[in-house]
Amino acid sequence: MMRDELEGVNKSVYKTDWQWQEGEYTVTRTNQWTAPGCHNGCSVLYYTKDGKVEKIEGDPLSPYNQGRLCMRCIDMVEIVNHPERLKYPLRRVGERGGNDWERITWDEAYDEIEKNVRQIQEEFGPECIVSMQGTGRNICWQTPYLSYSAFGSPNFVLGFLSGDACYLPRTTIGHCFMGDFMVADCSQHLERRYQDPEYVLPEYMLIVGNNPLISNGDGFFGHWVVDLMKEGTKLIVIDPSCTWLASKADHWLRVRPGTDAAVIIAMLNVIINEDLYDHDFVENWCYGFDELKERVQEYTPERAAEIAWIDAEDIRAAARAFAKAMPASIQWGLKVDQTVCGIPLAHALLSLGAICGDLDVPGGCMIPRCAYDISDSYGCGLWNVPDEMLQKMLGVETSPLHALGFDPTANGDTVLQAIETGKPYPIKMLFIQSTNPIANMAADAPRVYNAMRSVPFNVVVDAFMTPTAIACADLVLPCAMSCERNSGRVWWWPLRSIVKVSEYHEAKSDEQIILDIGKRLNPRLFPWKDDVELMTWWVQSGNRFHAGWPAKTDQTFPELVEKVIDWPEDWAYRKYEKGLLRDDGQPGFNTNSGKCELYLTLFEAWGFDPLPYYEEPPESPVSTPELSEEYPLVLTTGARTWEYFHSEERQVPRLRESHPDPLTDMHPDTAAALGIVEGDWAWVENMRGKCKQRIRFNPTLHPKVVRSEHGWWFPEREGAEPDIFGVFDSNINNLTVQGVTGPTLYGAPYANQICKVYLVTKENDCSPSEIVTRKGGFQNVK
Amino acid sequence: MSSKYGLLVDYNWCTGCHSCEIACKVELGLAEGQYGIKLFADGPRQLPSGRWEYTYLPVPTSLCNLCEDRVAMGKLPTCVHHCQAACMSFGTVEELAKVAAGKPKSSLFVPC
Repeated sequence: MMRDELEGVNKSVYKTDWQWQEGEYTVTRTNQWTAPGCHNGCSVLYYTKDGKVEKIEGDPLSPYNQGRLCMRCIDMVEIVNHPERLKYPLRRVGERGGNDWERITWDEAYDEIEKNVRQIQEEFGPECIVSMQGTGRNICWQTPYLSYSAFGSPNFVLGFLSGDACYLPRTTIGHCFMGDFMVADCSQHLERRYQDPEYVLPEYMLIVGNNPLISNGDGFFGHWVVDLMKEGTKLIVIDPSCTWLASKADHWLRVRPGTDAAVIIAMLNVIINEDLYDHDFVENWCYGFDELKERVQEYTPERAAEIAWIDAEDIRAAARAFAKAMPASIQWGLKVDQTVCGIPLAHALLSLGAICGDLDVPGGCMIPRCAYDISDSYGCGLWNVPDEMLQKMLGVETSPLHALGFDPTANGDTVLQAIETGKPYPIKMLFIQSTNPIANMAADAPRVYNAMRSVPFNVVVDAFMTPTAIACADLVLPCAMSCERNSGRVWWWPLRSIVKVSEYHEAKSDEQIILDIGKRLNPRLFPWKDDVELMTWWVQSGNRFHAGWPAKTDQTFPELVEKVIDWPEDWAYRKYEKGLLRDDGQPGFNTNSGKCELYLTLFEAWGFDPLPYYEEPPESPVSTPELSEEYPLVLTTGARTWEYFHSEERQVPRLRESHPDPLTDMHPDTAAALGIVEGDWAWVENMRGKCKQRIRFNPTLHPKVVRSEHGWWFPEREGAEPDIFGVFDSNINNLTVQGVTGPTLYGAPYANQICKVYLVTKENDCSPSEIVTRKGGFQNVK
Repeated sequence: MSSKYGLLVDYNWCTGCHSCEIACKVELGLAEGQYGIKLFADGPRQLPSGRWEYTYLPVPTSLCNLCEDRVAMGKLPTCVHHCQAACMSFGTVEELAKVAAGKPKSSLFVPC
């Protein structure tokens, strides 16, 4: 059933006003983002009474989610009113690692931040202050703006994410390839959605590196895929596990984790050698086809099949299905980024969309930009950083991709090295906004724990007390949740309001926090009277990085609040034909050649491989056969759960009831050989460390592959060390590695490790958290 | 005479997202361990053809009152409203039976 959102909704109950009264409740139509965490921005109705959120519903009049919500939004009232939320600014009492704090005022907290920042700026330089955030939360532009404009530092980074291995490899290569990104077209840019006459149903969708139903990555509401399937869209799913989508797919390729690049390049081989590609698009809009054709000859389906542990005929069948479909679409996700060949894998996928003629056609691989071209991302405020300071950004020396500011973040691995070595300069302060790196995101969590503790002054902004705050914070500031913020959402389309309907003790919005700090440190760059003025500036902030499409808006934030959702009128398909993608207004893509660069001219200039290639994971049965004798299983990590956004929500009773323990999926035959019964606690261990999780049988996995969850800590346990909420006990990032990335510094092997698994027994049971915090780490206790 | 009402689950499309389950717990204020609708799963289990059976089905329990308060206000039951796969419908048993006749995999519940 494709819903026409305006049909069948009871308009006497669900109104198009932005606010109305329903009995004792004030009902507000707005949109939810974070906190609590999510990559989505669904439309909701908040029911408030006496300034408190008492009920929430999905807004059935929103074309975005059409009333639908996931578990976390449905349980929002329990989350927002959670008694353990941080209520006041806190200053540490005693040593780091303890859980003793004193309540202070916001002014006292700001005084301390201002004093430290000014002292570091004068003594060491602004670059010695590093700001960081967690993935995809509603601080994508706020923390960067604070770093660039108040601290004066170019070092904004994603919480020690090795290889920037979330999204950035894909966006960066997208910029090199065609000057833009690509997203599966589920009509999300059209107000009338599936009813829009311009929209075309994809015949096939290739889903790779994600399970969109659960992950909803990068502003993509995963269940749109189900909407399409109901109308006849067929699927090709590349995944080590048979997800629900894979079970419904016409083609499921059960690849060995980390080998997707070999398979995609082999698909290109089939499509090119069987002459299934779009000659017109290749001739007119692609650069370097001959070089690509030559490269893919090295990747026969047979060779890729051997690498990926699948059948060559399945690769051929998937390639033919994709190429013959008109249109075909690609929904790519995080796991594309989480190998050392994340960049060439993403390059291969872009090439696949391009040569099959699916780029930016309705129902294909559309080229999105943010509505009104709003500066919603990591580059926000970069224009305030002087050139000589930009050159000090950590990572620039190693990787020209960072220097060019395609996705202007410092590199997490390089920041870690700087903290550890003091080179090229010492790091004196971390501003940690809504990220909990040692619970999630940082590879080699114990190493990052030690590094963070060595930085002299650290500030954590979060909604709950986290293991990261216990470990290293000197100040902890309580942040507001989405319903307590005046904010907004694009990423990508439409523009959506986020309006404040309630308050929680002294928690402040991230907008208010950066404004307060900015006004003290650099008032010239924070001229706004309040958060509403700041948000009006943001709404109007378009066309900083693109000259033409989409056009900026001059509406104010209060006007947006009344609109709730705003669909700009200038969405267009086939923008490369219309001169919308290039700043000079000419047809073509926003690259040196004006074409999709199958052969990357920038990479050639920088000395990187300009064509897609496959590289074996640095540790695998193939690349390290001796190590694999001791660690015979391939470990993939980070499969999403319905209940949790990364390290969040473990303290929320209804969600925890639904998913009480960390789970490792294993084939029943493998488990039987190890004497493991479903539900047993087992150690997952490799040469770097170990953690314990419960075993869940998954007969769809290859018997040599296991799959472990990430982000686990236990808020119900003791916060102070050595327990530190048990953050290292079940932490799969005890096993992952920092500083092993692709040559561009992008892409890291989070999802393709090796390990062994064995039962937790009375004799071998111990506390990894104690090992890390009290015994010097796993290497000391072996 | 008023018709009986029911829930139709077009379970070909149920993805197992638990939205119905938790929406119901929130609506009815149910304690830990209690459900007004409970999600069941079959699989993933390999079929003789080599394909995988992977089927979810939410089943209303004896606590389900078909959201009588919401329905009285002109709203849909919260499970139907929030279902991410949009595979649940609410209506009279007669209406739903007609819809079910045209579906490959569907289940009609008349919980109360």
